[in-house]
Amino acid sequence: MLMINILGALLIIAIVYWFWLFKPKQVQSNDNKVAIVVDNGVYQPAQIKVVAGKELTLNFDRQDSAPCSETVIFPQLDISKALVMGDANTLKIPELKVGEYDFHCQMQMYKGKLIVQ
Amino acid sequence: MSKNINSSSQNFIIEGANCGSCVAKIEKALKTVSGAQRVEMNFAQRTVQVEGQADEAALIAAVENIGYKAKPMSNDSEQDALDEKAKADDAHYKKLMRNMILALGVGAPLMLYGLIFDMNVITTTQRIAWFIVGLATLAVMAVAGKQFYNGAWQAFKNHAANMDTLIALGTGTAWLYSMVVVITPNLLPEVARHVYFEASAMIIGLISLGLALEVKARGRTSEAIKRLIGLQPKTARVIRDGQERDIDISDVVKNDQVRVRPGEKISVDGEVLEGSSSVDESMLTGEPMPVTKQIGDTVVAGSINKTGTLLFKATHIGSETTLANIINMVKRAQNSKPSIGRLADVISGIFVPTVMIIAILAGLAWLNFGPEPSIAYAVVAVTTVLIIACPCALGLATPMSVMVGIGKAAESGILIRNGEALQVTSKITTMILDKTGTITEGAPTVTDVITFNNSDENTVMQHVASLESSSEHPLAEAIISYAKALNLTLSKVTDFDALTGKGVIGTLDGQTLLFGNKALMDKYHVAIDDAYEQAQTLASEAKTPMYFAVNQQLQAIIAVADPIKADSAAAIKRLQNKGIHLVMLTGDNQATAQAVAKKVGIKDFIAEVLPDDKVNEVIKRQAKGEIVGMTGDGINDAPALAQADVGFAIGTGTDIAIESGDITLMRGSLHGLADAIAVSSATILNIKQNLFGAFIYNVAGIPIAAGVLYPFFGLLLNPVVAGAAMALSSLTVVSNANRLRFFKPAKS
Repeated sequence: MLMINILGALLIIAIVYWFWLFKPKQVQSNDNKVAIVVDNGVYQPAQIKVVAGKELTLNFDRQDSAPCSETVIFPQLDISKALVMGDANTLKIPELKVGEYDFHCQMQMYKGKLIVQ
Repeated sequence: MSKNINSSSQNFIIEGANCGSCVAKIEKALKTVSGAQRVEMNFAQRTVQVEGQADEAALIAAVENIGYKAKPMSNDSEQDALDEKAKADDAHYKKLMRNMILALGVGAPLMLYGLIFDMNVITTTQRIAWFIVGLATLAVMAVAGKQFYNGAWQAFKNHAANMDTLIALGTGTAWLYSMVVVITPNLLPEVARHVYFEASAMIIGLISLGLALEVKARGRTSEAIKRLIGLQPKTARVIRDGQERDIDISDVVKNDQVRVRPGEKISVDGEVLEGSSSVDESMLTGEPMPVTKQIGDTVVAGSINKTGTLLFKATHIGSETTLANIINMVKRAQNSKPSIGRLADVISGIFVPTVMIIAILAGLAWLNFGPEPSIAYAVVAVTTVLIIACPCALGLATPMSVMVGIGKAAESGILIRNGEALQVTSKITTMILDKTGTITEGAPTVTDVITFNNSDENTVMQHVASLESSSEHPLAEAIISYAKALNLTLSKVTDFDALTGKGVIGTLDGQTLLFGNKALMDKYHVAIDDAYEQAQTLASEAKTPMYFAVNQQLQAIIAVADPIKADSAAAIKRLQNKGIHLVMLTGDNQATAQAVAKKVGIKDFIAEVLPDDKVNEVIKRQAKGEIVGMTGDGINDAPALAQADVGFAIGTGTDIAIESGDITLMRGSLHGLADAIAVSSATILNIKQNLFGAFIYNVAGIPIAAGVLYPFFGLLLNPVVAGAAMALSSLTVVSNANRLRFFKPAKS
């Protein structure tokens, strides 16, 4: 029983590390044009570094039919875009100030972040 | 219009291009097509743009010849996007229903068997039978539940956890435990040799059913936007080179002359050049009565021309039209959230990993302290916690209601700028109403001219109208129209000056003309004692009396009245019935203000206020802790509208002050105000119901699933019940939000 309890505790630590503490891989875009695939419950890439003070073009390729994926929302920017399946969903965002901007689907199941530097 | 050859640029979506080298191959093939001048492929988007005069079919054939597929990219119109979405939703619905039938087809008989007999694994025959059932369940999970497992795995790889994670873990735990029981029963005590295959299949089936019904219901929540977009006609009848022709709406340019016949929709915003007709603007303003349009009047895209033929000049096209602005504003507002929903956001953001931890803790608690067979109880608790905890309902609770509520308001001609305005509106305690243009028509007319000192009416009116022709005051228009009706010719006034809140002064033929209220007369020492009583009588009849003096000698009192809107009193009654304290503000004198207030039933009013006083009045009331709404017709009320907790701008008809208030009432009636408050209250109530529902499922559901009630009542949820509850939770929220679509504000 002790072993099982230790195993459970380790599992909890692993969950905390994997989902909350781990710093996900960031993708750098120098030309501020990024293609994001929406599939299987995630945005890929989800952590995107872009350049400040320059228009940003995001191309969302939605391959996921789950209802949550149908809209992407940028709460701090007051932007939301309906994503059409199998179509080029281009979203142009005017110049952004340095900072971090989250984006997610309606239910916040799919999450991403724009890191403007 | 043919799209085959004439277009100078064509866009295609390329299918099957999965490698960088495909780009060069596709570009090369397209360049060989006659007429293709410049070809550029965007690999990330899998789109290609071809410039030149090439034939569409030839371009598609060229791509297909080298083994890929090309389909013309639909134009970016909203309607097409919505159609495509509807198609995708339909396909998704069918797929989910198929999955549901398959999963429940296996799960339901198993569950029924479990209810009649025990699902224990004791004998070898039972082991073999259950092993086969286990494989069948695995097949169901692989086919009907494939999307959940894929999603969970992808999310896991990306350090994310979502609804799929919970479903995959929940059903996976149930199946794995059952398989362990079947394959190595000796590892477990005899009482714990129970299988839960039916749970895995049933959960997948029920969740698929929930999602399918949700897809259907969600399609309906955006009905308002669909309807607004549907108002936009696709073509317009334009006169070019002396000829009338129907062209695509996107080809209309500014200053085009557009003809619209009876029964047709007006295609773009414009100004009438020829003809007169009654136009139904109800879909934009909520105003049921058609409006008569004549030369010089403006018309808006989306309204319906009823009786005559109109020729108008296009003034706003495409995204500049009032309709396009409204659609954009409604869409923006639908995606903003009131603060009431923020807690749910924070919770859903950290939810899934938290639930996983809770599930582990619950499992350990059962193993350590639970009755025998503790392992079976632990498995049930872990599975049930994971399944019941999906935060979809929590995430959907606010946006769904906001979407329907703001759309519902838009249908009644009420444009709500954001979710916050929607929320605060329901809490307003004091509503300040500007009199002119809000309670009254805002189009004053001259009702009385009383002359003194032997002056005659025509001379008085000629002088006053000449003086007022330099003024921008709303009353000036009434005076000038009256003078025009008397066929008077106006003269040029010099040294014109407007004294805010008092009146105007100027010089004509060497004489000093004064026109204004008692304060102006007092300032210039004009004796008005003889006339004062008459002026008070006029004022008591809700008329605005003004004094006219030449060289400091009183010549006349001119009374102007601004008729009260027919439905103001009824709307004010509605607001009062909601317990809202009403205050009327006006720049008019005390007596006129009192008369108007009495007629419409407002007890609290302040007369002779200057524009600055309006802001101060709002601030004063806010300082007392009141939540203040301010309603005005836009321009001089703008500071007070901005200061108020919610500013309601009255933008009558086409002249919409969309940008100036938190909420714009597109029709002039104050009923719009009462409707806005009613819609707001209904939406906030709906959000609260949704949040309550979602919290009950999620927050209360988890501890029950973990087994907190077991020591007291012996109650432990069945994983299948949890699956059904989860499926129902989102459906309940979406259906409840949809209920708002049928909301109708009570008229009394």
